[in-house]
Amino acid sequence: MARINMVEAINMALRQEMTRDKDVIVLGEDVGADGGVFRVTEGLLHEFGPERVIDTPLSELALVGAGAGMAAYGLKPVVEIQFMAFLYEGLEQLYSHASRFRARSRGRFSCPLVVRTPYGIGIKGPELHSESSEAVLCHMPGIKVVVPSNPYNAKGLLASAIRDPDPVVFMEPSRLYRSIKAEVPEEAYAIPLGKAEVFQEGKDITVIAWGRMFHDALDATEGFDCEVIDLMTLKPFDEETVLNSVKKTGRVVIAHEATGYCGLGAEIAAFLAQEAMMHLKAPIVRVTAPDAVVPMARLEDYYVPSKEAIRKAFEEVMKY
Amino acid sequence: MPETIVERFEVKLLSILDESGNADSSLMPPISEDLIKKFFETLIFARTFNSRAISLQREGRIGTYASIYGQEASQIGSALALEKDDWVFPSFRETAVNLTLGYPAWLMFRYWAGDERGMKCPEGLNIFPMSVPVGTQITHAVGASLAMKLKGAKSAAVCYFGDGGSSRGDLHEGFNMAGVLKTPTVFICQNNQWAISVPRERQTASRTIAQKAFSYGFEGMQVDGNDVFAVYKATKDALDKAKAGGGPTFIECLTYRLDDHTTSDDASRYRKKENVEAWEAKEPMIRLRLFMRKKGMWSEAYEESIMKKATEAIDSAITEEETFRPSEPKDIIAFTNAELSQRQIKELKDRGWQG
Repeated sequence: MARINMVEAINMALRQEMTRDKDVIVLGEDVGADGGVFRVTEGLLHEFGPERVIDTPLSELALVGAGAGMAAYGLKPVVEIQFMAFLYEGLEQLYSHASRFRARSRGRFSCPLVVRTPYGIGIKGPELHSESSEAVLCHMPGIKVVVPSNPYNAKGLLASAIRDPDPVVFMEPSRLYRSIKAEVPEEAYAIPLGKAEVFQEGKDITVIAWGRMFHDALDATEGFDCEVIDLMTLKPFDEETVLNSVKKTGRVVIAHEATGYCGLGAEIAAFLAQEAMMHLKAPIVRVTAPDAVVPMARLEDYYVPSKEAIRKAFEEVMKY
Repeated sequence: MPETIVERFEVKLLSILDESGNADSSLMPPISEDLIKKFFETLIFARTFNSRAISLQREGRIGTYASIYGQEASQIGSALALEKDDWVFPSFRETAVNLTLGYPAWLMFRYWAGDERGMKCPEGLNIFPMSVPVGTQITHAVGASLAMKLKGAKSAAVCYFGDGGSSRGDLHEGFNMAGVLKTPTVFICQNNQWAISVPRERQTASRTIAQKAFSYGFEGMQVDGNDVFAVYKATKDALDKAKAGGGPTFIECLTYRLDDHTTSDDASRYRKKENVEAWEAKEPMIRLRLFMRKKGMWSEAYEESIMKKATEAIDSAITEEETFRPSEPKDIIAFTNAELSQRQIKELKDRGWQG
């Protein structure tokens, strides 16, 4: 078992799924000779050839739309969108089409499409290279949204996303691409979608986070008795695991990198307010970015919730 | 350094059957007498469906409906050039394409009556559910045809849209990708001169819609869209080329929307009666009938018998549609995903929609 980073783990998952199923096709901008702007698809062109690793024109609408058409015909396209904000052009195709092929045709056609895209701050890029827009996607019926937090689950979750019969958006935390390494087995494995992981058990506070923010939340727990849940699949999120934990702790802190207004934290909080009211000892607290556009590099650390802000939330819920 | 011309293009207009029913034999593709009759009989069938659909809407028996009146040759001529393994990506105004390919009329009525089951394409046919957003199906056809090419299938995807759809960014990105990846795609624009109330000349400043294809590295051509022979030939040639690895083709069918945009529209607000009447004289059935009469293939009795058959078939389709078991509320949730989530299962249960 090798210690590898998330880029290498995702690359390994792609390679193994492409070997396992010849219908898996990778397409996107610069995914071929360049190996992708983050090098996630490095070596795939050489190994699988230009018919299965397709460099396309700069064309996010057509990447999602044509990906959907390929999927409907029976292939398993894995589309790379270079940065999350570039997916905005493809949102109509996701919302109006990819998510609806199955319902619209009453099951005659489906759309086993995977859209991979890096998200979040961490690369000091230009404007619109640091978005966290998962809530927009989670609001679309029919779409699944998955966010890994380490190389191990990145590999297993991507395998499941590719094997899934419905469209999945796989959001890769760009900050974590190369910053952490983990032991990742050589053999292929799949981590089921729709299941969260209780990473650390605890009795006072349930902490819910995903992706990059999972690590910040985990770091913040020192000195508190926290149960830390890595949500991994945001849509549909694992209500059962979240609910069971909250029934035990009675306190909830949700931390996410995205803006709070109608963020996924709001959905989780509303769900818990309805299903776990009698178990709650304290108000549910969300720690999120403000209702403001993602700033450029100089201010980005003020935008994303800090470890201190998360600790403050812990202190607040512990007053009850 | 002098200025040089680095690129030129020419846009052809193909026209075989004129308004008086004379066909240019030098351009006429090999078409059997049976196929000519099929054009005519399908045209009557589609037109019967269309007029009955409008009546049903007026009677409150179906919802909003988009008429195909005047555009039948573009739809039937192209559809009859298709082979079994070709895929079709239609807009919402392609009723005659579906009917020509054998899509059950009762399912079409069922869809327009507001039931998704009407777009559950029967096995053996590869017609995608109609796209209600304009032009957004263009990239689906590009993707499906790319998949055909990658899988080594000897088939093509045909995508239909209108003059309005040609203004969308979807056309640019779809055409561009199709050109670069040389996909086996046939794009058919039914230029019916109107996008609701906006006339063709306000849709694009280019002289033809067809010429846009040249910017993407493949051929665009115009055909007389009310001439079933010309549409058939252009589509057949484009499909043959696509299947032989020659890449995409764009066909602009010049036709006219003789009816309102949909049953919710009143075209008299924005266009003159005289203009519509001028196009009525050019509609596709008159010239086909004249042609067949000259060839001794038509008689009043023949047309009457076809009309009678079509009316009976449509009557029975309406009965089948209206007596179909009602759709169930659980279907709202059941087809969203292959496997339902914890939330979706609870939502089914809370609403009492299980079972």
